[in-house]
Amino acid sequence: MQYEAPTTVDQAVALLKNSGNASKVLAGGTDLLVQLRSGMIEPELIVDIKKIPEVRSILKEDGKFRVGAVVTGAELGEHGDLKAAWPGVVEAAELIGSTQIQGRASLGGNLCNASPAADAVPALVAAGAICMIAGPNGRRELPVGAICTGPGQTSLSPGEFVVSFLFPIPKPRSGDAYLRFIPRTEMDIAVVGVGIHITLDAENVCVDARVAVGAVAPTVLLVEESAAALVGTMVDDASIDKMIAAVRDSCDPIDDKRGTVVYRTQVAGVLAGRVCRIALQRTRRHE
Amino acid sequence: MAIVTKRVSDEREAEEQNFNWVGTRAVRPDGVDKVTGRAKFGADLHLPNMLVGKMLRSPHAHARILSIDISSAEKLPGVKAIVTREDFSDLASEFVPAGEMMVNYRDITRNVMAREKVLYEGHALAAVAAVNAIVAREALALIQVDYEVLPHVLDVVEAMKPEAVLIQEDLLTDGADPPADKPSNIAKRVEFGHGDIETGFAKADVIVEREFNTRPVHQGYIEPHACVASVSEDGQAELWCSTQGHYVVRGHCARILGMDVAKLRVTASEIGGGFGGKTVVYLEPVALALSRKACQPVKMVMTREEVFKASGPASGANMRVKIGATRDGRITAGEAILHYQAGAFQGSPVPPGAQCAFAPYDLEHVRAVGFDVLVNRPKVAAYRAPGAPISEYAVESVVDEVAKKLNIDPIEFRLKNASREGTKASHGPKFGPIGLVETLEAAQAHDHYQSPLQPGQGRGVASGYWFNIGGQSSVTLNTSEDGTVALVVGTPDIGGSRASLGMMVAEELGVELDKVRPMIGDTSSLGYNFLTGGSRTTFATGKVAVDAARDLVSQLRERAAKIWDVPVGDILWHNGEALQKNGRGGPTETLSFRDLAESMGKTGGPLVGQASENVQGAAPSFGTHVVDVDVDRETGRVEILRYTVVQDAGKAIHPSYVEGQYQGGAVQGIGWALNEEYIYDSEGRLENAGFLDYRMPVCSDVPMIDTVIVEVPNPAHPYGVKGVGETPIVPPLAAISNAVANALGIRFSELPMSPPRVLAAIAAASSSK
Ligand SMILES: Cc1cc2nc3c(=O)[nH]c(=O)nc-3n(C[C@H](O)[C@H](O)[C@H](O)COP(=O)(O)OP(=O)(O)OC[C@H]3O[C@@H](n4cnc5c(N)ncnc54)[C@H](O)[C@@H]3O)c2cc1C
Repeated sequence: MQYEAPTTVDQAVALLKNSGNASKVLAGGTDLLVQLRSGMIEPELIVDIKKIPEVRSILKEDGKFRVGAVVTGAELGEHGDLKAAWPGVVEAAELIGSTQIQGRASLGGNLCNASPAADAVPALVAAGAICMIAGPNGRRELPVGAICTGPGQTSLSPGEFVVSFLFPIPKPRSGDAYLRFIPRTEMDIAVVGVGIHITLDAENVCVDARVAVGAVAPTVLLVEESAAALVGTMVDDASIDKMIAAVRDSCDPIDDKRGTVVYRTQVAGVLAGRVCRIALQRTRRHE
Repeated sequence: MAIVTKRVSDEREAEEQNFNWVGTRAVRPDGVDKVTGRAKFGADLHLPNMLVGKMLRSPHAHARILSIDISSAEKLPGVKAIVTREDFSDLASEFVPAGEMMVNYRDITRNVMAREKVLYEGHALAAVAAVNAIVAREALALIQVDYEVLPHVLDVVEAMKPEAVLIQEDLLTDGADPPADKPSNIAKRVEFGHGDIETGFAKADVIVEREFNTRPVHQGYIEPHACVASVSEDGQAELWCSTQGHYVVRGHCARILGMDVAKLRVTASEIGGGFGGKTVVYLEPVALALSRKACQPVKMVMTREEVFKASGPASGANMRVKIGATRDGRITAGEAILHYQAGAFQGSPVPPGAQCAFAPYDLEHVRAVGFDVLVNRPKVAAYRAPGAPISEYAVESVVDEVAKKLNIDPIEFRLKNASREGTKASHGPKFGPIGLVETLEAAQAHDHYQSPLQPGQGRGVASGYWFNIGGQSSVTLNTSEDGTVALVVGTPDIGGSRASLGMMVAEELGVELDKVRPMIGDTSSLGYNFLTGGSRTTFATGKVAVDAARDLVSQLRERAAKIWDVPVGDILWHNGEALQKNGRGGPTETLSFRDLAESMGKTGGPLVGQASENVQGAAPSFGTHVVDVDVDRETGRVEILRYTVVQDAGKAIHPSYVEGQYQGGAVQGIGWALNEEYIYDSEGRLENAGFLDYRMPVCSDVPMIDTVIVEVPNPAHPYGVKGVGETPIVPPLAAISNAVANALGIRFSELPMSPPRVLAAIAAASSSK
């Protein structure tokens, strides 16, 4: 097994391209090293992208946040402006693991590991974040929701990797939030996770909503029917109940050691209601 | 954190004022090494030419081994030895004690290396020693095993059915009445009690009878099993391992390998937790067999997955408990029928489970019947108070329900029925000075029990009992020429015992604590020592250490008598100094320990204090726990809001380590009650063999556990010590279940009370309304 730590995006792409499927990108390594040690994967080449400045920085472009793919949970949590703009995304990233894991775990790794239960992904999808992807044919953009295609599977081509995430400028009366359910209080994998982003107009009418649910299907679901239940309403109890019902209808989970179909479906709705109320509260945070 | 000292005699109280070390919170001697990473655990020894040993384990829950072909693995360059069943001789059925449970040599030899069949997923059936881990793993993949896969059974109720697949084809139930004539998976039937329960139930105004189910749980020690074995060409052998009892390991290994016991020297490494699970052997005989074949040292270390799949859980169980009481709150009769999983070999802790079930109660009519049942899971090992948390969970749940039915406060109800000094225990003996009533009274008076609950919250109470044991210990005190002392004991330190033993010795000798260096000797340095288990070390090794110190003091007095040329009867030992009664004769007023140590070469030679005893008089410890919970009605998640442990310690030598035992037991009980369980697929393969999905509590799951140490001294120990390490895991299961019942009005009779189970019960209760 070979280890390389390129310092530019181009070098990284060249290394990845030449080795095809036998290579793996190393970000924080909190998924990758566990998989290596347990013998789940045996790559010939490890490309550590942490030495590339672009993937480690948080920048503002025309008022929009661009967050490097390998910025860690701890760094996100300490970035006051980003936290104020996208509290739901940051709280999701900060839920990952523990203090030790937070020093390493990245948004890019959380997404590209392609676990249906990854905590940051529903929040990123709800936020409408866009991935900047670098590859042998140059750069391209893709919404976060288009990256994962199934458990452990991504739409990235050989040689491609995620460089950064671009967030839209949050509307004045918008708010996002994320909650997950785990049996313990930390160091656990989401049985269900829900991220919601809503935007109100001046009359408190919901003009936009994005409801994303994790761990209830092979990939994170963006539930259009739930969004539709909220848009045009004052986000009152009745419309929240409709939103919850749509979340439950969309769930297609599996029975496994982490939860049953019945339980996951039920709790997905419970969390959706709670998350929606937090997001609603946050629409008023700038007032 | 409080200490309540009860019924302490006047004499003892007077002495108490003068303790220099006993009862203080001194710094532990092993602390610096542990926080700096210097401490050497099982996997930390490296020897020249050391090989890596790896185990081949069964992928099947139950299968006959048709053949094992090691020929291509043997040819792999770098492979130095391979062992299978061919390398271990068969042993006859013979039970020997291993901690508080019995083990059978016929079974151990089959558990360390499968013979006729593999009996659970993860059962060892071959091992390789190679120059490195990569070669060892490659060799394992080259071993060809032909299996005839058999049906398997995991559930204790299923395993008892007549049509169940037989795990041991020739097993006849021991103790069955009438005697068993057909083999079954029921290895044993035991019964304890007295009186006539039918008479008792006839007098009852209320009777509650319920069935309970609990799951196996793992001890969850943080350090996986690990050892290094080195056997020389002439048959002399060294073994380094993480164990609760290196003498016991020595005995088992010598027997399994057909060696002279004295040829094998075992050194206990530092131990990263055991909780009973490190009282048996898994890797050790195999590493020795590999080393004997390769004539090179061999290290073996389990992965966490191997720990879960192949080392001892505590039993899962199915139980029925029936209790009757009069309207005024007197229990008239109690009955418990207990079915415990033994794993693949007989020997579940159902006998102690049956003995402990009703121990907190003074009953005229009581009966507890236990069945030891084989299933295709790893053989159970001891886990803190083996068997007791399970049976007492069932009994304490029913006791709570009876109290509720009678509208009597649960502590009041227990006080009305509590065992006291002189009570004839349900398992036979008459209790000596026990502290159950004192723990109940302290719990009742505690601010926790008096504080109001918020709406929706619930409070639960339960008591618990464990016997504790004494047994063989041997201790040496080697005096150095500068008046410092090496305290050598043979019971591994799993809970701060080096600190407590050192404190008792410093107290006796009257010297500063840092002049006593406690350490664990290897098996050739001391007489026989039984293992650290049964909460015996501070009690039994502690008593022997005190006697060794007294032996040394009497020699010091003799030396002083010699120097001063006076009768030894005229010499007193006080605060680390010899002095003469009435101050007559001699050139000096006093002779310090240091003076006498410096001159020992001229006064008779080395000063060595020794004691070796089979210590009797272990006293049981009772505890009472109070817990508050909140339940998220929409997700079924139970939150522990507040937790208080009240327990009798006899005498807390080092209160912090007593409190640590109370807190640790409570936390392990919280895991057992709420989330821990083994999840198997339909083939009998474990799906959650890791800490991610086998959910022990993490720090943020539990509040600070409050403790109250009650001290009702044990007359059989010089300072009054009772064992404290096991009782704390007994009450939590029922206490939490009772608290959940109080919060929700729903009684659970199945553990764990995991969120899906709780939510389903809430849904069922609301739909039936
Ligand atoms: C103890 C522990 C607790 C955990 N708790 C949680 C939790 O609570 N919630 C949760 O969601 N996860 C949890 N995880 C999983 C893990 O920490 C997260 O998924 C984390 O975000 C992964 O980030 P990383 O930077 O460490 O990724 P890595 O391990 O470096 O990479 C993960 C995968 O993504 C690929 N990859 C990484 N970066 C890129 C990129 N920029 N472009 C393309 N491919 C890339 C890698 O090749 C690899 O396949 C936990 C892990 C551990 C060990």
